[in-house]
Amino acid sequence: MDEDFESRVIKVIAKTQRIPLETVSIDSTFEELKIDSLDGINLIFALESEFNVDIPDEDARSIRSVRQMAEGIAQLLAQKPPQQGAA
Amino acid sequence: MIRVAVTGIGVISALGPNRESFWRALSAGESGIRPMEIVAPGTVRFPNAAEARHYRTEDHFDEKEASLLDRFAQFAAVAAREAILDAGIKWTTDLQERTAIVTGSSTGGQTSEDESFRDYYERKQTRFSPFAIPKAMSNAGASRISFEHGVTGPVYTVSTACSSANHAIGQAFWLIRNGEARLAIAGGSEAPFSPGMLKAWEGMRVVSPDTCRPFSLDRKGLILGEGAGMLVLEHLDHAQSRGAHIYGEIAGFGMSSDAHHLTQPLAAGAARAMRSALRDADAPAEATWYINAHGTGTLANDPTETEAIRAVFGARISNVMVSSTKSMHGHALGAAGALEAAATLLALSRKIIPPTANFLAPDPACDLDVVPNTARAVEVEWALSNSFAFGGLNAVLAFRR
Repeated sequence: MDEDFESRVIKVIAKTQRIPLETVSIDSTFEELKIDSLDGINLIFALESEFNVDIPDEDARSIRSVRQMAEGIAQLLAQKPPQQGAA
Repeated sequence: MIRVAVTGIGVISALGPNRESFWRALSAGESGIRPMEIVAPGTVRFPNAAEARHYRTEDHFDEKEASLLDRFAQFAAVAAREAILDAGIKWTTDLQERTAIVTGSSTGGQTSEDESFRDYYERKQTRFSPFAIPKAMSNAGASRISFEHGVTGPVYTVSTACSSANHAIGQAFWLIRNGEARLAIAGGSEAPFSPGMLKAWEGMRVVSPDTCRPFSLDRKGLILGEGAGMLVLEHLDHAQSRGAHIYGEIAGFGMSSDAHHLTQPLAAGAARAMRSALRDADAPAEATWYINAHGTGTLANDPTETEAIRAVFGARISNVMVSSTKSMHGHALGAAGALEAAATLLALSRKIIPPTANFLAPDPACDLDVVPNTARAVEVEWALSNSFAFGGLNAVLAFRR
């Protein structure tokens, strides 16, 4: 994962969770950030919109840290078929 | 103290258009969960629902009436007709004045509202029908029942998400017990299948991609349902003096709030509502209980409810059978408690405990006797029916055969 990608994920988390950017790192757990289950689902909603991916429900439930979240999205982006017919 | 009997039951659900089809399926352990027909496949991630597919508006309302009534209000009115007919009520002006109606609904006429908003936002229609407002109001079902039967006593609607119907039935129980009413029609109705509402549920990620397996290993969430349940509650003396058939009594009612979290349930809150209903019912300590669980089949609800039930019953847990009929009629939200009150009363009066269907294997976090997959022929005198809502609002009814 490159740093730009990681910092984009972190930015979305900080903004959605309404916490200072510097409190979030790639190694933060949801517990440390006081992200409960409903917050976690809301974060996934925000990240789906940011990266235009669909995160399946089952995967969504098991995510408990920023790194897991970033890795999951990176994987989904890698699987995404290239955009066709873009002018 | 005034005792309160249940003398009529009406039901519309995914299991059929009336009470007897509902009971036939429940007592056979047959689920009404099917591929969703109301929206195009692929509209939402979850393909299945418990739709009232047997329901046809034209069987119950002429076109003019139907144009004024959202699906949820039609359900309420039709289930109330069945319950009133079942109870054999003969209306007099005096009785109409002393009858109450209390209904529950979480989202009211939101299908009509969704449609009218789509007309405005999507189809760019600039004029709204004058019916948009009275069709969408959450008391539309209660009002319709009042018009149809000339009921002129206290009539209102309670909205507490998934606890709505239990709160409504509890209120009606109190109105009779307090001498405010002699008769009450109480229950809940819900018709949540609009495209907008389904997308909102998808966003919550609590709906199962296959079916509803309460208390089971590999459960994946709830299944949305629709329908209505209506009960006729009656002052016991009034019911006995006219020789009415009595399904059972409402023996107690308990409420509590978790004051904890918007969506996470709390065992202590659920337990307090159950204890309050039990105190009210004043049952003997050695009683055997059937509990119709809230049992949504979500990861969070079922272990929390198990913990609450175990905390309340302690060593007496071996005298408790628990099942979630949501495995068959789905989670009908504001109607859930009413469908489950109907299931509970029928279970007591017909001496069959409906099972928890779709059960695969025990989950150690839900170690209760959940009557898996097969109904049990057993005589039980006492029952609880649990409802726990988002927002942490709990309402529990106690019943006695």
